[in-house]
Amino acid sequence: MGRKAEYSEKPKKGPGRKARKQGPPVFRKQSFAPMEEEDKKLSHRQKQRFVKREQKKVVQKAKLQEKRAKGKQTQQVRRKTAYNSDSEPEEEEAVQPQEASSDEEVPQLVPAPKTKKSAAPKGFTDDNDAWLKPKKQKKEVEPESEEDDEEEEELEEESDAELEEGSEDENGLEEEASGEEDEEEVSGEEDEEEESDDDTAQVGKLDDLSDGEANSDDDFDISGDEDAAEASSDDEDEDDDDDDDDDKLPIERANKKLKKREAKEAQLADEEMQMTVDRQDVFQLPNEEEEAEKDLTLQEVQQRIKDVTLVLSDFKKYRQADRSRGEYIDLLRRDLCLYYSYNEFLMEKLMDMFPLTELMEYLEASEVARPLTIRTNTLKTRRRDLAGALINRGVNLDPLGKWTKVGLVVFNSQVPLGATPEYLAGHYMIQGASSLLPVMALAPQENERILDMCSAPGGKGSHIASIMKNTGVLFANDSNRDRIKAIVANFHRLGIVNAVVSCEDGTKFRNIMTGFDRVLLDAPCTGTGVVSKDPSVKTTKSDVDVQRCYNLQRKLLLTAIDCVDAKSSSGGYIVYSTCSVLPEENEWVIDYALKKRNVKLVPTGLDFGVEGFTKFRQHRFHPSLNLTKRYYPHTHNMDGFYVAKLKKFSNTIPITKEQQEEDEKQLDEAIEAEADPKEAEEETEESPEEKAPRKVLGKRAGKPSLTDVEQDLKKKKLEESKTKYVAKVFEKPVKVPKKPKPEQPQEKKGKKPQENDEKTNGNATPSKAATKKSQQNGNVEASQPENKFPKKKTPIKVHVPNKLAGKKHPANGTPSPAKPDAKKKPPANASPSPAKPDARKKPPTNASSSPAKPDAKKKPPTQPKGKSSALAKAPRVDLDNVPVLEGKPIKKQNKLKQKSKQIGQLKKSKTGANAGKKQKFKK
Amino acid sequence: MKRLTDERAKILFEKLSKYIGTNVKQLIDRPDGTYCFREHKDRVYYVSERILKLSECFGYKQLVCVGTCFGKFSKTNKLKFHITALYYLAPYAQYKVWVKPSFEQQFLYGNHIPKSGLGRITENAGQYQGVVVYSMNDLPLGFGVLARSTTDCKTADPLTTVCFHQSDIGEYIRAEDTLF
Repeated sequence: MGRKAEYSEKPKKGPGRKARKQGPPVFRKQSFAPMEEEDKKLSHRQKQRFVKREQKKVVQKAKLQEKRAKGKQTQQVRRKTAYNSDSEPEEEEAVQPQEASSDEEVPQLVPAPKTKKSAAPKGFTDDNDAWLKPKKQKKEVEPESEEDDEEEEELEEESDAELEEGSEDENGLEEEASGEEDEEEVSGEEDEEEESDDDTAQVGKLDDLSDGEANSDDDFDISGDEDAAEASSDDEDEDDDDDDDDDKLPIERANKKLKKREAKEAQLADEEMQMTVDRQDVFQLPNEEEEAEKDLTLQEVQQRIKDVTLVLSDFKKYRQADRSRGEYIDLLRRDLCLYYSYNEFLMEKLMDMFPLTELMEYLEASEVARPLTIRTNTLKTRRRDLAGALINRGVNLDPLGKWTKVGLVVFNSQVPLGATPEYLAGHYMIQGASSLLPVMALAPQENERILDMCSAPGGKGSHIASIMKNTGVLFANDSNRDRIKAIVANFHRLGIVNAVVSCEDGTKFRNIMTGFDRVLLDAPCTGTGVVSKDPSVKTTKSDVDVQRCYNLQRKLLLTAIDCVDAKSSSGGYIVYSTCSVLPEENEWVIDYALKKRNVKLVPTGLDFGVEGFTKFRQHRFHPSLNLTKRYYPHTHNMDGFYVAKLKKFSNTIPITKEQQEEDEKQLDEAIEAEADPKEAEEETEESPEEKAPRKVLGKRAGKPSLTDVEQDLKKKKLEESKTKYVAKVFEKPVKVPKKPKPEQPQEKKGKKPQENDEKTNGNATPSKAATKKSQQNGNVEASQPENKFPKKKTPIKVHVPNKLAGKKHPANGTPSPAKPDAKKKPPANASPSPAKPDARKKPPTNASSSPAKPDAKKKPPTQPKGKSSALAKAPRVDLDNVPVLEGKPIKKQNKLKQKSKQIGQLKKSKTGANAGKKQKFKK
Repeated sequence: MKRLTDERAKILFEKLSKYIGTNVKQLIDRPDGTYCFREHKDRVYYVSERILKLSECFGYKQLVCVGTCFGKFSKTNKLKFHITALYYLAPYAQYKVWVKPSFEQQFLYGNHIPKSGLGRITENAGQYQGVVVYSMNDLPLGFGVLARSTTDCKTADPLTTVCFHQSDIGEYIRAEDTLF
């Protein structure tokens, strides 16, 4: 059965393993040095003895010094003394102490022994005298009063010495030391003489012989006796005395030293402790190799995140000297990516945006789902009634906040909120708190015409309609046909009857309808603000996605602006919102629009939220961007969101026709190119834009920019459109001019229809969508060119075709011949008057756009290597017209064809325009 | 968007009058402007003329929905009302049926209404009369056709069906794909 377990409590055998051992007690200095106190109590004799002792101490000190000075020699001498025990030095030895005592600092010179020798014989007349004399001499030197005391003292000290000896035994080291000292003292004294003897050996021997011979015999005996006696009693006493002093002093000294050392050690230990504590706090950056090997648990990673944030919070203090901030940040980013499962790209973006502490809050908040909120449909019910009805169904809710009158926040619910009869009856809409904001910013009025460009699933759209109370017209558009159904369903459920739902590419909306009072653009985005709703965003988004998004957003925003009527009595507002927090998709897009259109930022009317960035890293945005609002999960407990409200103050588009067509050309390039190389083309856009005088051409009032349309129509075959649309007089579609035909036989066939397309498009769109005003402008513009035209047209005609003719033939219509043309044309066309009217736009645009082309062509080789760098630079991109890439098949085989087509178009449009004008004039 | 053919218009109005009787007139003669029925992809839409004009900018394919969809013509030229028509049917309905709260959910799942689920019913409604179904707190839930006249209902078995289900607001969720 084994041993029986004993469960009774055992007494503890000792301190537990972990029990702290008490450190050595710390005494105050006084407890070890009670001397002063004793001093007070000392009797008279004791005092005297003390004084004597003090004196002895002094003597001892002097001796010690001497000894130390002659450390080596003493030992040699000692041996000699052993041999020459009978010789003179022995006598001198006895004398020596006296001398030493009298003269503390006896110069160790040769003559000294002589004087001693002369003095010594005096005292050695009597045995007793001899025995006493040295003492007496000593006493003579010492003050008289001490004489009596000394004897007693000696007695006392004898006993003391014995005691001390006992004590000395205990501490061996001390004893040894003192013993040695004693020996040394004795021998030292001898040595001094011996030394001097040795030194003077050759010189002084004679003296010795002559002087000392007479005394030598006596001396011998006496000295021998003396030695014996001294050794037996007196010397012992003295030695003991000395020992006393010697012992005490070293002990004390040692003690003091020890204490000092201890104190020092304690201090050091403290410091070390502090250091180690600090060091433990200070995070050690792991090496890369180590890291690769390690398998970290999530908790370790979390700890490391904390550590690194601490280090970064006070970098100077906590850093490791040899590690840069970048290394810490890299590590932190990797850890954060691991811990929160973001990809590096997104984490980097976030780290750029937020300071560290806020970043952690943001990340934490992004992990937690936002509270479920619903919006009351004011068309069918009131919030109070709805709240009552839902509470009856066991829903626990509260008003969302003071800033909204329709929001309710649901804490918990016993029934599925998406299937209650109230929901089905359209009394409320499940909607994030953040999606109320853009509609509130838009502030729709009754009887307005409002466009919701990216409407699905209809939450914001229905909100707008309910604010308008089913008056006016709401256009809800979305490009995704699958999601359209959700809009329709929601609108019907919520009882919205004033809506037109369409499925159209948002970027083309201006061709369908303009003149809206307000436009809400809740642009498609990467969704970095709604990570809690869709965690896949954390890992799936890359810079290409972001780029794709903001390109689309820019296009959409420009379209939205174009759709608004600045002259609207009640409106003229555009609200742009995204559920992304990245500045690329927010401020940057707005900033772009501010440059491209006559819009200004106005306060959103939302009284909370963080101001938008006016600068972000290398970007410097328009200062008024602080009027936009940002919302974060950690500060506002709603999804990451961005709202900007723009007011359009003029229908004119501050963009020259030249630029537009330039853009168009680049657009076409972009279509050919694949998604990635966009950046390169963006770069190319920059340079020609800057060169081109901005407002050389008159403003085009109210006319939607034609680029998109044209591009679209180009893609389709639109020969029929010629007949369909009414062309303006001055830009009437013209049949291909006869001149160029022979020159460019191969290209012509493909291009004829396209060239016509361009023109028809130009005419078609205004006829369709443009407001009356724009048409008026068009007419006005049209009238001007007729006067100037003939003058300027002719030179072009003369120059260009010749060159074309000269150069085309050898090259056979490949892209290369376009370049020389482009180079030579500008001078011809640049001269024309600053205000270039519509009709005359064609020739100059060709000229300006063609130089852009070669650039674009040159770029592609650079693209592959510089993709990332190009991204980083990413200058203000002129993406007004960069195509939406979805749904457009990009085939490489088409590239060449398209290019050649474009070139053909360039030439034709130029020549064709001229020809067209000719015809027009003829008519 | 095109006008309804006479034949289809006739079918539509016949159907409407089943539910709202003479109130059809009020749908056409409205004080706030002219409203009209239009057909788009076999679906019938009821919309203000003002909005209709604006919607003409859109192409046939791009236009998804204008105003309120009432129903859809089948290939055999029969009109089936969608639940979306409830918005206009409910206010003008002449004959109504109220279901008990306990049966609300059942009805929203597409079940016919048995006598046991019947809360209230309009007096003197005949058999096969189109009715709008309400919950007891006057929330329109859908519409259907009476299986029995009001008088028959009073004597009917608790389990016998009183009202056939035609459409209910649960379809917004159940049939979103097919509805629009």
